[in-house]
Amino acid sequence: MPKDTGIGASSKRREDVRFLSGRGVYTDDMAMHGQTYAVFVRSNVAHGRIKSINTANAAAMPGVLAIFTGEDFKDVGGNPAGWLINSRDGTPMREPKRPVLAHGKVRHVGDAYAAVIAETYNQAKDAAQQLADDSDIEELPAIVDMRKAVADASNRVHDEIPDNLCFDWGWIEDNRAAVDAAFKSAPHITTLELVNNRLVPNAMEPRASIGEYFPGTGDYKLTTTSQNPHLTRLLVAAFVLGIPENKLTVVAPDVGGGFGSKIYHYGEEALVLAAARKLGRPVRWTAERTESFLTDAHGRDHVTKIEMASTKDGEILAIRTETLANVGAYLSNFSTATPTFLHGTLMAGPYKVPHVYVNVKTVFTNTAPVDAYRGAGRPEATFSIERIVDKMCRELNLDPFEVRRKNLIQPDQFPYTTPVGLVYDTGNYQATLDKLIELADVAGFEKRAAASKAKGKLRGMGLSTWIEACGIAPSNLVGVLGSRVGLYDAATVRVNATGNISVMTGAHSHGQGHETVFAQVVAEKLGIPESSIEIVHGDTSKIPFGMGSYGSRSLAVCGSAMSKAVDKIIAKGKKIAAHMLEASENDIVFADGKFSVAGTDKAKSFGEIAFSAYVPHNYPLETLEPGLEETAFYDPANFTYPAGAYLCEVEVDPETGKVDIASFTCADDFGHVMNPMIVEGQVHGGVGQGIGQALLENTSYDENGQLLTASYMDYAMPRADDVPFYKVDHSCITPCTHNPLGVKGCGEAGAIGSPPAVVNAVIDALHRGGHTHVKHIDMPVSPARVWQAING
Amino acid sequence: MTKVTMTVNGKAVSAEVEGRTLLSTFLREGLGLTGTHVGCDTSQCGACVVHVDGKAVKSCTTFAADVAGAQVKTIEGMNNPDGSLSVVQQAFQDHHGLQCGFCTPGMVMSSAALLAENPKPTEAEIRHYLEGNICRCTGYHNIVKAVLAASGQDAAALAAE
Repeated sequence: MPKDTGIGASSKRREDVRFLSGRGVYTDDMAMHGQTYAVFVRSNVAHGRIKSINTANAAAMPGVLAIFTGEDFKDVGGNPAGWLINSRDGTPMREPKRPVLAHGKVRHVGDAYAAVIAETYNQAKDAAQQLADDSDIEELPAIVDMRKAVADASNRVHDEIPDNLCFDWGWIEDNRAAVDAAFKSAPHITTLELVNNRLVPNAMEPRASIGEYFPGTGDYKLTTTSQNPHLTRLLVAAFVLGIPENKLTVVAPDVGGGFGSKIYHYGEEALVLAAARKLGRPVRWTAERTESFLTDAHGRDHVTKIEMASTKDGEILAIRTETLANVGAYLSNFSTATPTFLHGTLMAGPYKVPHVYVNVKTVFTNTAPVDAYRGAGRPEATFSIERIVDKMCRELNLDPFEVRRKNLIQPDQFPYTTPVGLVYDTGNYQATLDKLIELADVAGFEKRAAASKAKGKLRGMGLSTWIEACGIAPSNLVGVLGSRVGLYDAATVRVNATGNISVMTGAHSHGQGHETVFAQVVAEKLGIPESSIEIVHGDTSKIPFGMGSYGSRSLAVCGSAMSKAVDKIIAKGKKIAAHMLEASENDIVFADGKFSVAGTDKAKSFGEIAFSAYVPHNYPLETLEPGLEETAFYDPANFTYPAGAYLCEVEVDPETGKVDIASFTCADDFGHVMNPMIVEGQVHGGVGQGIGQALLENTSYDENGQLLTASYMDYAMPRADDVPFYKVDHSCITPCTHNPLGVKGCGEAGAIGSPPAVVNAVIDALHRGGHTHVKHIDMPVSPARVWQAING
Repeated sequence: MTKVTMTVNGKAVSAEVEGRTLLSTFLREGLGLTGTHVGCDTSQCGACVVHVDGKAVKSCTTFAADVAGAQVKTIEGMNNPDGSLSVVQQAFQDHHGLQCGFCTPGMVMSSAALLAENPKPTEAEIRHYLEGNICRCTGYHNIVKAVLAASGQDAAALAAE
């Protein structure tokens, strides 16, 4: 019988009622007294030298209140990279300044070099157009292709960086000789060159920011579309504008999706604050969709050569990769961690492969910055591994299920240390593979393939066994590896005098349903109704300093902090109860929302204890402070390692090359599941994005650095009729061994595991159809590409 | 400036607008009905869908002046008179047909318009009809289920769960 409340229940989401009634409050929904409008003037060339900006005409236009250019910010700080990576030779990465507004040069189409503030949006827009007309920008040759960027040192994105290279990273450099030796003696080597296509995250809510300044107190407030308001506050206050952190409040209200793109601090946030200070009025900005395409941090964009050494019967002996990773024109906050520690460390996959070496060269180009997008480095690693395992199986005529089974880490091998520096704490990869084979009815495939054939279609099936590392940690380790931030999280549990509860979390919910799930966890632990618990997030003036939500970390890291804080509440409650019940603290047990003296019927309800804490008339004041509020910070001992097995079946029309997803099945191990309905929804969404990457989405710059896919007319988002119903399962459970809830994280799984399953299925379909010359097709596997592969 | 009068969620409203004022701007900034969202500016994403005389319309590419005299219904007008969720809205909550909530108003308005035209749509008909509404969170699974459920069909069975 499924539970109807607490941990494990599919509680309906409380946040839905406001969203379904049109009562959500997103940043752009807020009207401010005396508000003004910012419009940015953006470069229409990919690379150019700013010769002059004549502001006089624009400044004289109706309603114009202020104009800012790069000159106004040249003496303040830049937006920093959050992770310092050293090259193989030990030299630190090149880290060019990322200014609030471009100064001297513009470096990608959309790079903002000025901003106009006016009384109305249309006035600001008109004046911004005038300013663009009055700007003289000398166009320089654009650097778009990564290979050319590295090969041709005569043209530079940043004048001070001679080869357009940010760093040349090896992981793990000391293992390189052993890996090379394993390849020398290998019975079989499989090689694959592939592109992990650049994607635009496309949260449906465009980025938006409102800056306010209160001259009476000198306080600032930034309302913004952020996944992590404290991180934004730290960056904009301490690094960019030099505002004391305690004078800036950052609020991320309802936020319409993030997928990584709203982790980062962007220059628009600093601009609206600076402008608000200058004008003494609120300054607001909301991106148009094309601005989002041009300036939101993009994702992926790797060009990789991967090699796999194996025996003739498919035992993996070694993996070696060389990757060019695009960071775009500037270093976005986690752009250097994504292709390195979130990618190289995953390159052993779920397999017991003894030797792995990863090389990543990260390249500046005249394109939008690239950073973490749902999965962040792990989809790139998983795609490379799962594609080459499949290719190896074809070259050696081996069964892809059996080869994976042979190579998977066995359940009795945990904790398992990989050759790329991770320790997987627990897992059972055979169990998820077995569950997948059953759920996807692999046995019935031939029959379905025959039915497809009768319709003139080619049916194929593609497998992916994947693993990811979530909840990056611990802070002392990531510090050694170059992280400039801690990766703990925090929660405060405030029991109010009347017994209801406010929980303030460092994690931020922008679709994940924290307001519901976190309340379920607290309700379960305290034995009180979910409806008595309020989850507060997204406002630095209310919540403890937390790192926000990304990397499937919210429940594993912040949920753990919350769980610890609740434990502290219970511990204090026992002391209060012992006093009230005239018993020893050691004799007090807490269960079902009651503190009782063991073995007696003497008890106090949770509400009575809470009331006593705030009205401490009968209370041990000499030994215990009044009040019932506890905060916990939690810094995990290790990553968590969700894993699973995915199977995609496709039907390919050999006449047109069109691929239809016939079915998609997922068997995941997320550890303990708090709300199955929400977990399934997260997997659905991730798989939808993964199918988008595999079949539809591509971010296309032409050779001049113009973004050809800058609206939904040109960028193919997955729509309802591009995807099927998915079959998802999370019944295989190996609880995380090092966090109190035994949870692993589920937000990115679908986007990580699904792209290789789709592409493997397409290749399988073509081979079954006799097109055995097709070894690989790059994503997106569009009809044109499939048709060309068949007929090429 | 042009004077426009229309009925929004059952209430007569009247205002002076510029000729270029979009219906979405009029609703959001003029009337404070911020449940209607603008997600793309090019009529592709459908977050801005409202009903004009019962038909689903993308308000981000409709001039306010063009719907003078019309009956306009927004997401704020969808709840039952007692404030509870209507059948379509309730189905979205029951089947977890929303996550971040940004596309949701448009999804609900389009789904309601579909069900008014076609009370028992098939899965394929629902997917086809919702082609003009983009959701980045749900992978559409639970949205399609919600619409099936709102039409009184056995959504779990049809989704083969």
